[in-house]
Amino acid sequence: MKGAAGSWLCVLALGGVISACNDFPPPETAEGTPAETSPVVAAPAGFTFTPPADSDIPANEIGAAILLGKNIFVNTQQYAKDFVGNALNCANCHLDGGRKADSAPLWAAYGLYPAFRQKSGQVDTIQTRIQGCFLYSMDGTAPAVDSAAMTALVAYNHWLATGAPTGVILPGQGYPELAQPGFVPDMARGKEIYANNCALCHGANGEGIKARGEYAFPPLWGEDSFNWGAGMHRINTAAGFIQANMPYGLGGTLSEQEAWDVALFINSHERPQDPRFQGNLAQTRDAYHDEYCLYGRTPRELRAIVTEQGGGT
Amino acid sequence: MRSKARVTFAGTMCLVVSFVAAAPPAIVTAGDGAAVACASCHGVDGAGNAQAGFPVLAHMPPAYFTKQIADFKAGSRANPIMSPIAAAMSAQDIEASARYYASLSRPDPKSTTADTTVLARGRDLAVGGAWDRDVPPCFKCHAADGLGVEPAFPPIAGQHAPYTVSQLQGWKTGARSNDPQGLMKSVAEKLTDEEIQAVAEYLASIGQGGEIE
Repeated sequence: MKGAAGSWLCVLALGGVISACNDFPPPETAEGTPAETSPVVAAPAGFTFTPPADSDIPANEIGAAILLGKNIFVNTQQYAKDFVGNALNCANCHLDGGRKADSAPLWAAYGLYPAFRQKSGQVDTIQTRIQGCFLYSMDGTAPAVDSAAMTALVAYNHWLATGAPTGVILPGQGYPELAQPGFVPDMARGKEIYANNCALCHGANGEGIKARGEYAFPPLWGEDSFNWGAGMHRINTAAGFIQANMPYGLGGTLSEQEAWDVALFINSHERPQDPRFQGNLAQTRDAYHDEYCLYGRTPRELRAIVTEQGGGT
Repeated sequence: MRSKARVTFAGTMCLVVSFVAAAPPAIVTAGDGAAVACASCHGVDGAGNAQAGFPVLAHMPPAYFTKQIADFKAGSRANPIMSPIAAAMSAQDIEASARYYASLSRPDPKSTTADTTVLARGRDLAVGGAWDRDVPPCFKCHAADGLGVEPAFPPIAGQHAPYTVSQLQGWKTGARSNDPQGLMKSVAEKLTDEEIQAVAEYLASIGQGGEIE
């Protein structure tokens, strides 16, 4: 598995930016550490960043764009419905309207673009990066770079990053990169953790829960969730998000092992096809899924790879 | 539920609640032995009584309602008034009262005398939370309109402020501990007394229409 599989932990979440395709196991740095691909530096120790408050949105033309961007971000279903193919809102994975540290905050992502990303094979701007979110996480269609929706989203991103340095990895950027678990992530353990900690809000079958016709809690798998190309389908990415942020108000209470186990269970279910799929599962897997995921792999096959690469016993 | 609702008459009493509702069952209007009639404290319209500390029951999910009665019975939720009443309720009483109160619309909110800055602080918490302290907004779990998410999250919009305060304080101190996964404890223990008061005042000021950002 050396070679291709040796670089399969590519970290690519928004805010997780950039392709750090490191040898396995990855170094224990914040997810998205752009490594050799971008000229970025870590923030000085003790540096913290606080985005402006909503009440500071100016009452003028740019303020209107920022506000629209916020509305799209928080309620994508209503404000950017044409670009969304599933039941999700941007803020489902970027909590607190893209403000929460360790939840891929927008203020930490903004200054890291433009950057070269392995996933797209090009230098992405913040606009093309956001297009990726719509294509994969939202299972939809990307708004054009010069569309009103994109302009508003960029305005909101830029405003949240007011005063933030560019080219600096800020504390809280991306999702936390968890250390490799002591035990290889396990489906049976994950299923039990899911039932005890997640099902109350996300439903016994990951279907989410609606109230008065609208999703009050998002579906985690199935046709209304993110597709197989989304960053969150990677077990390491989901584990980092879950451990830091879930359940609401109880972030950090699941152990890292529990987060790995439940991330495996959640991401073992069906979801919309990777839009890069062109008819051959194995080809798509080999071309795009050299990562910690179950795309085109059985849990048993993944377990064998993980074990061989030292990802637990 | 509402599609099945219709105007009915109970004895000589014409039920006029904010919308229309099914006839109240006997447990609500007459009680069942030691199980005092629900309506004597919570009203036939489920509006409760702010001063007395009796909560609004209207529009409560049946599963949530049933769990609370079961918890009172089991002692995992304690209240000097409700515990003995719950103990006397039969399975039929519980099912009938749960179904009835779930069918009712939230009452219109009472006009509030709370300070506008207090209400604004409460709204900030309900809508935006305080994520820097890992406090999610109320409406993240109780729905964007505060009217709850079946089966586990009750409506909180339009609830009487003294009741909401008493429950949040109960979770904070440990006097109430029947919340699933300790979710309410995790929120309440991070709130100051002032914040609890503010969010309770705000929630009491909104009603059936809820609050949608």
